[in-house]
Formats: sequence, structure tokens, C-alpha cells
Amino acid sequence: MNLINTFFNVKVLLDSLPQLLWGLAVTLQIGITSILCGLAGGLFLAVARLYSPPFCQFLIRTYVDVFRSIPLLVLLIVVYYALPFVGIRLSPFLSAVTSLSLVSAAYTAEIFRAGIEAIPHGQFEASAALGLSNRHTMVDVILPQAVRIVIPPLTNNCINVLKDTALASVVAMPDLLKQATQAQALAANPTPLIGAAIIYVMLLWPMVIVVGRLETIFSRGRR
Amino acid sequence: MAALISIRGLKKAFGRFMVLHGIDLDIAEGEVVCVIGPSGSGKSTLIRCINHLEGFEKESSVTVDGVRVEQGAALAKVRAEVGMVFQSFNLFPHMTVLRNVMLAPMRVRGTPPAEAKRKALDLLARVGISEQADKFPSQLSGGQQQRVAIARALAMEPKVLLFDEPTSALDPEMVGEVLDAMRKLAGTGVTMIVVTHEMGFARQVADRVIFMDGGRIVEAGTPSDIFDSPREERTRGFLRAVLNH
Repeated sequence: MNLINTFFNVKVLLDSLPQLLWGLAVTLQIGITSILCGLAGGLFLAVARLYSPPFCQFLIRTYVDVFRSIPLLVLLIVVYYALPFVGIRLSPFLSAVTSLSLVSAAYTAEIFRAGIEAIPHGQFEASAALGLSNRHTMVDVILPQAVRIVIPPLTNNCINVLKDTALASVVAMPDLLKQATQAQALAANPTPLIGAAIIYVMLLWPMVIVVGRLETIFSRGRR
Repeated sequence: MAALISIRGLKKAFGRFMVLHGIDLDIAEGEVVCVIGPSGSGKSTLIRCINHLEGFEKESSVTVDGVRVEQGAALAKVRAEVGMVFQSFNLFPHMTVLRNVMLAPMRVRGTPPAEAKRKALDLLARVGISEQADKFPSQLSGGQQQRVAIARALAMEPKVLLFDEPTSALDPEMVGEVLDAMRKLAGTGVTMIVVTHEMGFARQVADRVIFMDGGRIVEAGTPSDIFDSPREERTRGFLRAVLNH
């Protein structure tokens, strides 16, 4: 009974539940904002890398490589604690979103680049021969095909971003993990942590399943 | 008659290897030209230069209806006037057959969807595949896919149609239906440049046959000039090799 009282204490869980749900809301705000910014940034970087002059391509590649190799926690600490020394003071929320988006954009750019490169060259040639502009070639022909290819890795990236939001607790962001550790301290009982873990799983598991469905739907009409 | 397509001193190199050694060629409106020759003779490269899918040396000049073909803002306009049918079809696999044919007129010409659809159905009927309009390319046979590709190119109402070995990737029993569609097309007065290994088609349909070898035009003339009384030894050698097997 000691185990259950310590880790699965229903009373403690119910008491801390409102606090955990507030944390969940914050986690979702950080996560969704970062995912959207990361997607937009990554898509922009991938397409820009395709069409820009060599020097810009070099800059983009450097960005992607650097932000894929820097640990997110280090980046977050730099953004929150070091940038104020050069006059840039971001709130905990903005710090978290900025760091997550920068890293997510780098990963997303690589994923989109791989997806675009997987499209047969003949698709570009057929579009060019019809007189389609670069923009229409991308929007109508290449990206709809590339998106199907990149949905699984893109989803993994989204799930990673949502999980990495937990690092925001380091910069005093009242996200799900932070709320759980506070509730744990208050109740002198680790049940809220278990509650947070269950919420994380409940949040991410359906995402994995939904995406699996999407893949099947999108694969309709593939050669 | 003024030439619709005018090619002057067309040179093209892949690295240090010269693929085209200064080609001069004029093609009149309504003319059907078949380009024959051994693999690697530069015939595909030649027609891919006409819509600048391949770049070429700066001193060369290619013009389509008086407009210079070169990298830049005008290129998409030239390409809209030059239809192309590829060896590997290159249909858009994520769109239905109908959408494949409708896309470019809507995006490039700004044709309203209803009109684009009506025209696309018309064209699909012309190449004999209107029943397949709502299928995806992967559900069609190779011959049907290539006929969709022809309809897609026609939808832009191009001034000239380029065919890059349109039957080379097809199963033998599908070749006939694609050649039939092309034959019908040639009868309607469309300007066509066809790179092909189908000698029977070239003899029957072409106004002019061009034999290329080693990046040069070796001989050009009417089908009977080329097939019945070729002047050049290389032409004779090639025809012997392809006709006697």
C-alpha cells in the first residue's frame, strides 16, 4: 500500500489536477506555437535553399547544421540568461518558443529538403515544360507529394517539440512539468509527477495514431 | 514561310564532352519533324534545348516565334508555348487525370476552372480516354498515361509540341495507341518535333526527317530521301542496323 500511497495517491492527484491542467494549457501554448513557427521556418528554409544563390544556400546549411547540433537546454539557457547581457530580454514564454522554434525549424528544413529531393526530377521538368512558375511548381506539384513523404518524420518532430516543452520549466515557465514539481513539493508526494507523465502520454499517443491514419489517406493515388 | 523555331549554332557540352556541335535548324509552322539517330547522338538534348530544360552555350541562339529562349523572366512564357511529352510520362501522380490536364491552363493562362474542365474533357476525348478522367495516373496503363500526357501538353494550346521518345518506355502492345494519337494530331496541323526510334511512324507522318549522329545533323530531308536514298554512309549504316532485325 506504501507504493500506491506514494506514487498513485488519488487524493493528492485530484488536489493537484487543476494545477496540472493549467500546466497542460501552458505546455500546449508553447508546443503549438513552436511547432507552427518551426514548420513555417523549416519550409521557408528548405524552399529557399533550393532556389537561392549559393551564398544563401551556404548560410542556410550552416544554420541547419548548427541548430541541429546544439542541445536545446543549452540554447534555452543562452536565450534566457545570456541574451539579456546584449540587451535582448525575452519573457520565459518567448524564450521557450524562440529556442524550440529555432531548433524545430532546422530539423523541419532537413525533413522537407529530403522530401523534396525524393520527388522524381521529371516532376520538376514536366512543371517547367508547362510554363508553371517556381511558386506553382512547389505549391501544386512538388509539396503535395513531398508532404506525404514527410508526414511520418514531421510528426516525430512535432512529438519531440511537445516533449521538449518540458525544458521550459528551467526558465520558470509554469508548464506541465513545472506545475507537477511544484504540486509535488506542496503535497510532499510524487503523485503529481506521475499524473503529469500520464497526461503527456495521453496527449501524444493519439497524435501518433491520428498520423498513422493520415498516412493511409494521403497514400491514395500514389504510384 | 518564316520559321516558327529557329536554331543557330546550338552548342551544348556536358563537362568537356560536346553533345551538340553547333546545330542550325529551322522549323516552319505546321511542320512535323522526326529526329532519328543512335543513342547518345544528341537528339533528345536538341529538343530539350528548345524549351531550355537544358541550358546551352551563350553564343548559341534558339528562338520560338521570334522570342529568344534564355534563362530569365520570359522563359516561362516561351515554355507555355512549347508543349512537351516525355519518355517517362511525368504525370502528376497526386492528381486525377482531369486535374493533370486542367492545372497548367488554370495556373499559367488564368483559365476559369469550368472552362478548363470543359476543354480538358474535350482533349481527353480526343485522345480516347474520357472514361478515365477521374482516375489517378497510377490506375492507367502506360499507353493511357502517355495519351493523358499528350492531352496535358495540348491543353496549353502550344505553338509546338516536342516529343522525347514518347513510346520508348511503353510495353510493345501499347506503342500503337500512342502513335495513333500522335498521327491524328499531326493531321490537325500542329507543329511537332518528334525524337523517335519508330521508323515506320517517321516515314509515314513526318514532313521532314533529320538524322543525327555525334551531336551533328548528318542528313535531313523528306522521309523518302532519308529512308529510300540516304546520301550519307552513316545514315545508311544506322538504317541498316535498325531496319534489319
